[in-house]
Order: sequence, then structure tokens, then C-alpha cells
Amino acid sequence: MKRGSPTRQRLAALALLGIPLLTFPVLGLPQGELAGMPATVLYLFGVWGGLIVLAASIAERRKK
Amino acid sequence: MMLSGWFIALLSTAYVGLLFAVARFGDARADAGRSIITANVYALSLAVYCTSWTFFGSVGRATSGGLSFLTIYLGPTLMLLCVGVIIKMIRIAKAQRITSIADFIASRYGKSQLLAGLVTIIAVIGIVPYIALQLKAVAASLDVLFDQPGHTIRLWGIDSTLLVAGVLALFTILFGTRHLDATERHEGMVAAVALESVVKLVAFIAVGVFVTYGMYGGFADLFQRASVHPELAGLLKLDGARAGTWAAMILLSALAIVFLPRQFQVMVVENVDESHLKRAVWLFPLYLLLINIFVLPVALGGLLHFGGQGVNPDTFVLTLPLSQGAESLALLVFIGGLSAATGMVIVETIALSTMICNDLAMPALLRSPWLQRQKQGDLSGLLIGIRRVAIVLILLLGYIYFKAAGEAYALVGIGLISFAAVAQFAPALFGGMYWKQGTRAGALAGLLAGFGVWLYTLLLPSFAKSGWIGNGFVEHGLFGVEWLRAQALFGLSGLDEISHCLWWSMLANIGAYIAVSLLTEPDALEAGQAERFVDVFRHAQQAPDTRLWRGNASQTELATLLERFLGPVRARQQLGSYARSRRVSDWRSLPADAEFVHFAETELAGAIGSASARAMVSSVTREEDLGLEEVLDILDEATQVRAHSRELEAKQQALEAATAELREANERLRELDRMKDDFISTVTHELRTPLTSIRALSEMLYDDPKVELDQRRRFLGIIVSETERLTRLINQILDMAKLESGRAEWTTGEVRVGEVVREASEALGALYREKGVRLNLDIAEGLPAVLADRDRLMQVVVNLLSNAVKFVAPLTGTVAVVVARAENMLRVSVADNGPGLTAEECGVIFEKFRQGGNTMTDKPQGTGLGLPISRQIVEYFGGKLWVESTPGNGATFIFTVPLTQAAPDA
Repeated sequence: MKRGSPTRQRLAALALLGIPLLTFPVLGLPQGELAGMPATVLYLFGVWGGLIVLAASIAERRKK
Repeated sequence: MMLSGWFIALLSTAYVGLLFAVARFGDARADAGRSIITANVYALSLAVYCTSWTFFGSVGRATSGGLSFLTIYLGPTLMLLCVGVIIKMIRIAKAQRITSIADFIASRYGKSQLLAGLVTIIAVIGIVPYIALQLKAVAASLDVLFDQPGHTIRLWGIDSTLLVAGVLALFTILFGTRHLDATERHEGMVAAVALESVVKLVAFIAVGVFVTYGMYGGFADLFQRASVHPELAGLLKLDGARAGTWAAMILLSALAIVFLPRQFQVMVVENVDESHLKRAVWLFPLYLLLINIFVLPVALGGLLHFGGQGVNPDTFVLTLPLSQGAESLALLVFIGGLSAATGMVIVETIALSTMICNDLAMPALLRSPWLQRQKQGDLSGLLIGIRRVAIVLILLLGYIYFKAAGEAYALVGIGLISFAAVAQFAPALFGGMYWKQGTRAGALAGLLAGFGVWLYTLLLPSFAKSGWIGNGFVEHGLFGVEWLRAQALFGLSGLDEISHCLWWSMLANIGAYIAVSLLTEPDALEAGQAERFVDVFRHAQQAPDTRLWRGNASQTELATLLERFLGPVRARQQLGSYARSRRVSDWRSLPADAEFVHFAETELAGAIGSASARAMVSSVTREEDLGLEEVLDILDEATQVRAHSRELEAKQQALEAATAELREANERLRELDRMKDDFISTVTHELRTPLTSIRALSEMLYDDPKVELDQRRRFLGIIVSETERLTRLINQILDMAKLESGRAEWTTGEVRVGEVVREASEALGALYREKGVRLNLDIAEGLPAVLADRDRLMQVVVNLLSNAVKFVAPLTGTVAVVVARAENMLRVSVADNGPGLTAEECGVIFEKFRQGGNTMTDKPQGTGLGLPISRQIVEYFGGKLWVESTPGNGATFIFTVPLTQAAPDA
């Protein structure tokens, strides 16, 4: 059998990481304000942006 | 109002003209074989996902639901990360010439026309509200620009929304149905959609920056002002009680990004290169993130600014700039909104019209007596005609829905109804890709069950809400039965209507799909297709299995079929290239075998969908029914053959690796053999030199008894010293042989190197004094002991010291020995002020039988084995021995012994 592509597996793992981070109950954890911004807003955009950055670094990695 | 109607019309026309130019350019480049669809264009074209819903509706949604508008964009982000699923879909679509999502599902379940028709009907009914949403948004934005309430703008007595629908239909026809393409690809359209994506993003960010930084003092300022109002502050918090809704929305949007007909079109059908997905996997989510950053600020800004004035929150992006007199920004926003709407409508209606034409109109036509009579005519024109009519019909339906139910819902509410409809494709489609046992009957049952629940719990209530039909079934249940209330089915309450529908429809859909699949048997064609879909990665490398078709066919009849549906020019082109691929100059000389039939069917599938293509081909061929058993046998056999060939391949690789290893070992052996021969010949030569002189002198003494005593004494002295040299040589050769073979005996213990050096210098003291050479010792204090063999180490030091004294000049010669610590090694250097060595000599001095000095003229001063033996010993202790020298400045021999590391076991 051919082994699955590592890039695809890493991205899928990232999706599996994203699901709990972007749903309740973890989503209920950030409370209050941070630097004048609602913590929930910062958390959502932060996790979202983080997933995108990680996905980009995995997908655009050059093969040796 | 300052903005005049003709100016807006002119601007819109100019913008659409630009889109046409881009589309033309894209098509021309595609025809020339130089596609302009790059990874970035592909990723941007996926952003056709962001429609008027996103552009106008998100802000509206945020004013009531707070952060929940984000779920619609988080789902697609997560779905795109599952690249493997999407790549598999693309592979299947390419292998099967899939043209739409209906085609995909129908093709998997035995190219069923019934299934294709059902999927098409669900898609059309499901998407109509979504089209209505776009019409509503464009009409509403026109109302705002002209400052007219309630869509009252009329042109030549026609309702403005109908006018918008008509213009959009015209665009779509011009964009998408100019010619009938074999693969249903529209590269020009994709390029135009990508451009639109950029325009709407720029427009939205512009208005976001305007509101956030122009009207207010940035994000923090807006959030601070909002937190003063309790009802606004609530929008910034997440309600843990709505956790279920939150998750349901993410799931719904994750499914929508794949199953909306337009998304399937751009993501799967229009994909030109799988590797483009690598860019899309992050660039498209990034796009979504950017277009959403300013949604909340605009919503809060609008609520703060218009508080209590009854301005529709869905139009905040327009009304806010207008309230500040920023008319050019409002125009940019209008163009952005127009982009969002036209992009969606064009791609969606093209995808739907393809499905209607291939999967609803074609099956009807094939059965009609009219087509039976028209045996010879070219039908490609008819196909385009059907698609154009379908486009007009879809927009008309959208308009009717808008009139009937549009006013009762906000934009996002309408869109979610469509999302829930297309989510019904998920079980049949994912099941079909990964589960071979899924059958046609199961897919039909699942789709019908899910669609039925959706109709009853979501679409009909939306009609009821607008007063179009009675709302008794929502309020009191069908026939007054309490547990049949449409939005609290079986008493399930506490969910919002979308989650409620999603839960019940998925339960019915998945349940029916699995249950019926397990209770029914697939027919032969289904089993074959199931194999090709589920194992697409394994089937991709080899030619299609033509053994799955058996029967009689005539190639002229098949060719006529192709000409009728593809047009004569294109049909001849395809036949020609197919003939060339089989190395024949004329296709007429090809046999009408299974492969030819397969080729014809695939070509047709590109034009009219797999189900219709299948029906057309079987109408002109006499196919033998293979039967399920036989098909399964063939597939099973094929699987076994593949497994065997893989095994064989693995064995062959192992064999090759073993052969290479053996060859390498043989090479090494030969090298060793050659080295041994060299060694023996050198040794023999070295032994012969002293032997020759001993023999010559002994013969002289033997032959001539009258040799004088002095002479005799001198001869005997030479004989004795030569014998000593011979003994030394033999001892050292034995020593060397022992070291090299690893049979040398080592007694390892703690050794103080300083002591060893001192002892060696004392032993050689007589030799140094005799020649008048000075020996300086510099031994650092407090050096730790090393693990080594004391006698062997002594041998090394003595060898180096006696070498040094040999090469320095008498009386002026100096030899300096330094013992010091260098990191975790002990370093001993022996420096002399002799003639030194050239770089070349430094390299070879450690080879066996190399003598220092010129061996041709000077009498050899040693055996040539001392240094190689020393090096072997030092390396055995884990250290190194080397020489540093420049000619004329003496030579320094240095060796190191590791401090901490214990010597290896002997």
C-alpha cells in the first residue's frame, strides 16, 4: 500500500485540532476584555488566523 | 439624492463590460492552451462563496446574533483542511468526466437517471431561495442608493427586482453558455469570478475602514462605546446555551462549501490542477477572515449611529457611508455588492442549468417521439438552448420566491434554508466515496427522506411565515396533531429552526441511506461504479477495466451519436485524437469494442451527463447483461491481480537491494585482497634488504678467511645491527598484523600521561645526550588520568621521541614535548626543529613502510611501521594522531586521548 501523503495528513490533523478550539465548551473560556477588545472576539480571530498560518506553512513547505 | 440613475447604470455597465473582457481573455487563453487559471486565481474563485449574504447580510446577522455570523466562515475553513477528501472528489470527477454534483451522485450509483433527476430537483428547489436572496440584496441596495422605500423603482413599468433578474439572466447566458464544452469548464468565467472576489473584498474593507477609523476611533473605541449599551454589549459575548446551534452552523457551512452546486462547480469541475488546492487551503480561509474583520465594527457602528431609526441592518454598509455624504464610497460598495451577487448568480445558475439540461430535460427528450424521428440532426444547439431556458427559469423562480417569502426573512435566514437543502447530499456523496455497500436504493431513500424533512420543517414554514400558505401546521401541527408541529417535530423544542431541521433531516437521511443500502443488493453497473469511486486512487494508474462491458456495437452509430451531441466539428476532433492514441490513422478502422464504447460514453458524459450518456449509448448498442456475480468476480480478480503484482514488485525491490549489497561486499573484498598483495610485496622487499647485506657480508667472511681483524669486526658489527633491524622489522610487522586483525592484547587501566612522557624521555635520554639534542618537557599540572594501555601509550611516545631525534641536526637540535588539556581530550605534542615535511609528505607519512627523508639516497633510518602502529594505537583509544609542519620549520606530531570516555573493550 502507498502511504498517505504527509501534507494531507498534517492538514487533516489541523482540522481535528480546529474543531474543539472553535466550538463549545472551549469557546466559552475567554471572558472579559483585553486591551479594550472583547476577549471572545480576539480569541476567535486569533485561533482562526493561527489555523490559517499553520495551514500555509504546511501546504507551502517545499519538498526536499 | 445626488446619485443619478443613469450614472449608476453606466458604472454598472462599465463594470460588467470589464468582467466580460476578463472572461473573453480567459477563454481565449484557454483555447490557446495557455491557461490563466493559477493557484491564486483558483483560490479566489472559491470566494464565490461570499455572496450578498456575506456582503450585506453578515452585518445584519451580527446586529441580532452577535458573533454567530462567523460560524458560516469557520466551517469552510475546517472543511478545506480535509484536502484528502476534496482531492479524491476531484480525481473521481476527472476520471468519470463529471459535470455537476447531480452527475457525481448519479454516476456513483450506477449512472441512474432517476437519482440524477432527484438531486437536480432538490438542488433547484433548495437554491431558489438563495437566488432570491441575491435579487433582494441588489434590489435593496438600489433602493438605498435612490432613497426609495420598498422596491418601488420602476423602469418602463417593470419592477426593479424583475429587471435585475432579467439582466442577471442575460449576463449568465452570455458568460456561461457560449459554447458546449466537452468538460464543462469555463476558464473565462472562473477568471471573472476571481476578479469579482477581489472587488468585493476591497469594497468591504474600504467601508469597514471608513466606519471604524473614519466615523469612530478604531476597534477599541467602537467596542468601548458599544459596551455602554447593555443590548449591544450582549452581541460581543457568546451564549454558552447556544452551543448546539453554533456547532450545527459550522457543520452546515462545512457541508455547503462542497455541496452548493456553484462551489462544486468551481472547486471540483473547474479545477485544472490538483496542486492548486495547496494554495486554496490557506488563501481562501484567509480571504474569509479578511472579509469578516470589519463585520462586527460596521454592525456596531450602524447600531450606534442609527439607533432606533428603523434602518435595515442588512444595508448598513451602504447607509453608513451615505449618512456621511461619502457617495463615491457608497458607489464602490454598490459595485462590491453587485460583484457578490452577480458572481454567485452566474456560477450557480450555470451549474444548475447544466444539471437541469442533462438530468431533467435530456431524459425526457430521449423518451420523446420527436427525438426518435430526428435521427440525424445536430443536437448540440438544442442543448445550449435548453440551458439558456433553464437559466431564465431559475432566475424567474428566484424572483417568485422573493415576491412570495423574501420580505419575511433577513438575508442570512434565506441563505441558511438553502444550506440545509444541499447538506442533504452529504450522506449519499460521502457514503458513495468511502463505502462500497451504499446502493442506489439507499441513496434514493436517504435523499427523499432528508429532502422531505427539509421541506416540511424549513421551506414550507418559510412560506407560512410570509403568509403565502396557512401556518396551522407550524403552530398546531399537521391535522392538528401536536407532535407534528413543523418546527418542533416530536416535541423537540429549544433549538432554532435551522438546527432543528438539520438534526431531523440528517437523522432521516443517514438512517434511510444506511438501512436501505444494507437491505438491498446493487446491480452490476452499480458495483462497478462503486469500485471505481471508492478505489479511485488505485484505479487511476491503469486503463479503465473494459471487461465490464460486453456486447455488440457499431462504430458508425456511435460516431453519429457523438456528432449529434458534440457537433460534427468537435466530434471529428475527438475521434481523431482517440484514433491517434490507439495508433491508427483513421477511426473507422478501429474495432467497435468495449474500449471504443467506453470512449464514446465518456465523451458524451462530458456533454450531457453520465446518466444520459449511458442511456444514449445503450440505445445504439446491444449490451449483454453481465450479472452481479460476474462483475464482482471480475472486480475481485482485478483486485487480486493488483495485490499480486504489488507483492511481486516488493520482492523484486528486495532482490535488487540484496544484489547491490552483494556487489558492494565483493568490491570491498577485492580491495582488501589487493591491499594484502601490496603489503606482502612491500614486506618481502623490506626484509630482503637487510638479508641481502647480511648474506653478502657473511659470504665474504666465509670465502676469505684472511680478512683483517678490523675489517672482520666491522663486518660482524654490520651483520649484528642488520639482524637487529630484521628482528625489529619482523616484530613490528607481527605487531601491526595483530593490531589490524584486532587480536592484540590490551590491558586497559588508568594512565597518567605526564608520567608516561617523563619515563619515555628518561629511557631515550642516552640517545639524546649522545647526539647532543635538547629535550624540553612541558607537562601541565593536575591533569586527570585517561583510560588506556600504559605500555602501548609508552610505545607511541617513544616512537615519536625517537623519530624526532633522528631528524634533527646534532648539537643544535631541540625537541619540545607539551602535555596539556584541550576540551575533553588530553593533547600531547612533540615538536622538533628538523627539516620539516612538505604538505604532500604530511599526507603519506602515516602509510606503511614510508620513511622520512629521501629513501633513494639516505640510508633508511627506521622500519616505516612506527607511525602507522602509533596511529592504530591512538585511534584504538579513541584519539587522533596527526602531523603539522611547514618545510624548513620542523614538524610537530600531535596525538590526543579522550579524557572522560572509557577505552572500548578489547
